[in-house]
Amino acid sequence: MMSRKSKASVESTEVLSGENAIQNKEIEGLSQGQIVLKRFFRHRAAVISLVTIISIVVMAFSALDFRLFGIWRVPGWWKWTPEDLPELRFGDCPNDTVGCPTISLLPKFLGGQGIGLGTHPFGQDDIGRDFLALVMKGTQRSLSVMFIIGGMGATLGIIVGSISGFYRGRIDSILMRFVDFMITIPVIIIGSVIGYRYGNLGATFLAFLLGLFAWTGLSRLVRGEFLSLREREFVDAARVAGATNKRIIFKHILPNAIGVIIVSVTLLLSGAILLETALSYIGFGVVPPDVSLGLLISQYQDSFTTRPWLFWYPGLFIISIALSINFIGDGLRDAFDPRQRRRISKKERQDSATARKLAQADD
Amino acid sequence: MVAFVLRRLGVLGVILFGSSFILYNVAAISGDPTADLRLSTDPNRDFLIAALTRELQLDVPPPLRYFLWLKGVLGVFVGNPNFGIGRDGSAVVDSLALAIPVTLRLVAAATLFAAVLGIMIGIVTALRQYSRFDYSMTFVAFLLFSLPVFWVAVLLKEYLAISFNNFLREPQIPLGWIIGIGLVSGLFWASVIGGSRKTFWVAYASAFAISSSLVAIFGITGWLLNPSLGPVVILALSIGIAFAVTQLSVGLINKAALRASLTMGGLSVVAFYPVNWVFDNYPGALSIFLMVCALITTAVFVGLAFSKIDRAPIVRTSIITGVLSASLVLLDKFMQTWKPYMETDAINYRPVPTVGQRNDILETNDFWISSLDVATHLFLPTLALTLIGFAGYIRFARGTLLEVLNQDYIRTARAKGLTERTVIMRHAFRNTMIPMATILVADFAGVIGGAFITESVFAWSGMGTLALQGIRGQDLNLLMGVFFITATMAVLANFVADLLYSALDPRIRVGSGA
Repeated sequence: MMSRKSKASVESTEVLSGENAIQNKEIEGLSQGQIVLKRFFRHRAAVISLVTIISIVVMAFSALDFRLFGIWRVPGWWKWTPEDLPELRFGDCPNDTVGCPTISLLPKFLGGQGIGLGTHPFGQDDIGRDFLALVMKGTQRSLSVMFIIGGMGATLGIIVGSISGFYRGRIDSILMRFVDFMITIPVIIIGSVIGYRYGNLGATFLAFLLGLFAWTGLSRLVRGEFLSLREREFVDAARVAGATNKRIIFKHILPNAIGVIIVSVTLLLSGAILLETALSYIGFGVVPPDVSLGLLISQYQDSFTTRPWLFWYPGLFIISIALSINFIGDGLRDAFDPRQRRRISKKERQDSATARKLAQADD
Repeated sequence: MVAFVLRRLGVLGVILFGSSFILYNVAAISGDPTADLRLSTDPNRDFLIAALTRELQLDVPPPLRYFLWLKGVLGVFVGNPNFGIGRDGSAVVDSLALAIPVTLRLVAAATLFAAVLGIMIGIVTALRQYSRFDYSMTFVAFLLFSLPVFWVAVLLKEYLAISFNNFLREPQIPLGWIIGIGLVSGLFWASVIGGSRKTFWVAYASAFAISSSLVAIFGITGWLLNPSLGPVVILALSIGIAFAVTQLSVGLINKAALRASLTMGGLSVVAFYPVNWVFDNYPGALSIFLMVCALITTAVFVGLAFSKIDRAPIVRTSIITGVLSASLVLLDKFMQTWKPYMETDAINYRPVPTVGQRNDILETNDFWISSLDVATHLFLPTLALTLIGFAGYIRFARGTLLEVLNQDYIRTARAKGLTERTVIMRHAFRNTMIPMATILVADFAGVIGGAFITESVFAWSGMGTLALQGIRGQDLNLLMGVFFITATMAVLANFVADLLYSALDPRIRVGSGA
């Protein structure tokens, strides 16, 4: 990190004019973390995605009643739960269907029914259960499976990758051969094998088991970073100063590799949600009576022609989650990449040109 | 080099051994094949369990049973592979032999389309970096990344199969669609062509006019029910192809190349009637293969005849033009088959199927009709796989080309005054293709394992379906058979990709230091 900062200051003294000056002026006196944050918040799509994902998480987890520490019952904001069996709504549905969504986004003056949720905003399934409650429950499941797989994968991948990259030698070859073995097995096959047997033990257990197989790609990446970083001067300096191996790994090398790690963890997350939904879809993931987004799609795909909302809403949630995570990953990649230069807008270039002219005039 | 290859093959063997050992044990521990028998109330239950145990050697513990399985598989080397027997008593080798061609057909088509389209769009986005086109394609790529394939598949079935089949009954294209398609295509082409504001609007207007009038003509003439190109359209398209290929391949400034490829384009039209005669009288893959050979020989001779110096690029140009314009003739033949195909009882004017890899009740001896049947069944699954797969190619091609364009040799090429075409096509594009080629090979193997969901949604009986059947039925030998094939393909593909990389990139030497 030190080297990067000093490089920036060298650049700012050497190159005083043009685009570099604008770029360097922006990061003067900021820490690495602040620079990254600043760059990230400039990536509009990534910020929108961050807001989206946070709102989905908050919305899904606060929608239904849940028990805090297993004792206190915290009421959710939505009136139905997946277990409720309200009456199926007849009438005012197009094409004589039942249980159509009551959500309306078209205001009255445009000929709609006014903006409002109604009793069953996402409609009802074939036995009358409220579909919003089901989708929220499914989103909870899919999100927690995604975070568990991502968390497990990240932890294991970082541990294995840093050990083999830092210590090299025999440990490295043993661990990397093991990774070679694991990487050859397609995740979907091992996931199906595990899911078929352990799916009925609950989504959390399944997610932990799947996490055991999700770390291999990340560990290779971390190992590569460690192999190159451990040869750098700042590691030598730390070692000369008497730092222990543990301190070098956690304080010196890991912070420098964190950019690569975070970016690939986001990709791991978006892969995890697609894996979970795909497994649930073919019946090897979350199993009924539990609910997951993939399972909802697989249960109601045949009713697409008559009651399309049963198909659209879970799908939209999967796509929004995966898309947001991919965009956040893209924003983080840009933010962590020191070579990444922002496009200098025409206005900024003109401003800098006028400033230079004024400065010359002063001389 | 030989030592390197042998050593790498040895490592691959070890990897395959290790991963199959892991999967065998995980799968054996996860599933008990006798579980459903134990629950049955059949009077001879115990006898059935004993028979199954004897047949599948279930009394041997999994780690040891693995070696029994391995012994059979190693029979590959003596020409007698034995993947064990499935639960229904049939040999796994036979099921695999039926499934492999089905999956390969699906994956080959999808990978090819995804790669070609993805690389083309990726290159255009890199050349128009930070334009609106770039941003929208980035968005599209991320969107496609995030789509679950089973969800896309259901949408495709609904809108491209069922609704399209309904539409074909009465193919009147409404005015709204004509204008809409025109607007979208205008926006697309104008953004691709780019340039000043005036060029943008000229491109927009012409693309709008051309595509909406084409769509309108299709609607009015009932072209969708009885499509054909005919020699006139083929001639026009061939001339266009000749110009485009020459421009991209060597530049229009090279008159000899332009003449050679125009000749090839013209020859395909001249050959239209004779070739159709051959199609009608000697249908089959063999005659197509022979005609392709004849085509390439002709192209080489035409290329040589028109060039005096620097012959290789001109021969290359004429071959590409020849192949492209000849495929128009083949396409036309398929279009002519469309109407008889739709009129058969099995199809009954609903040509786009939603499931299966061919129509079982279609009874025909006609080579063209059965080929068209295979093609229509390939359509939706291939489209689903292509949509999911080509996002990766867009991003990767874009990233690689941008990196290449920042290299010193590109600056040198520009500095010595080469045209932009030469810089892009000769210096940048070729260097972009080096990593793309290796990715393509590795991806091809990866998709074989990943066509799992797609096969299950579209009810194709390929490798993915076999694996699912193996998992559901606790059929260990079947699952391991599928795994062994896909894993072997995957490691071999990675190996080939490494070799390819070193063959394409002279900076990388195989065997040095490894």
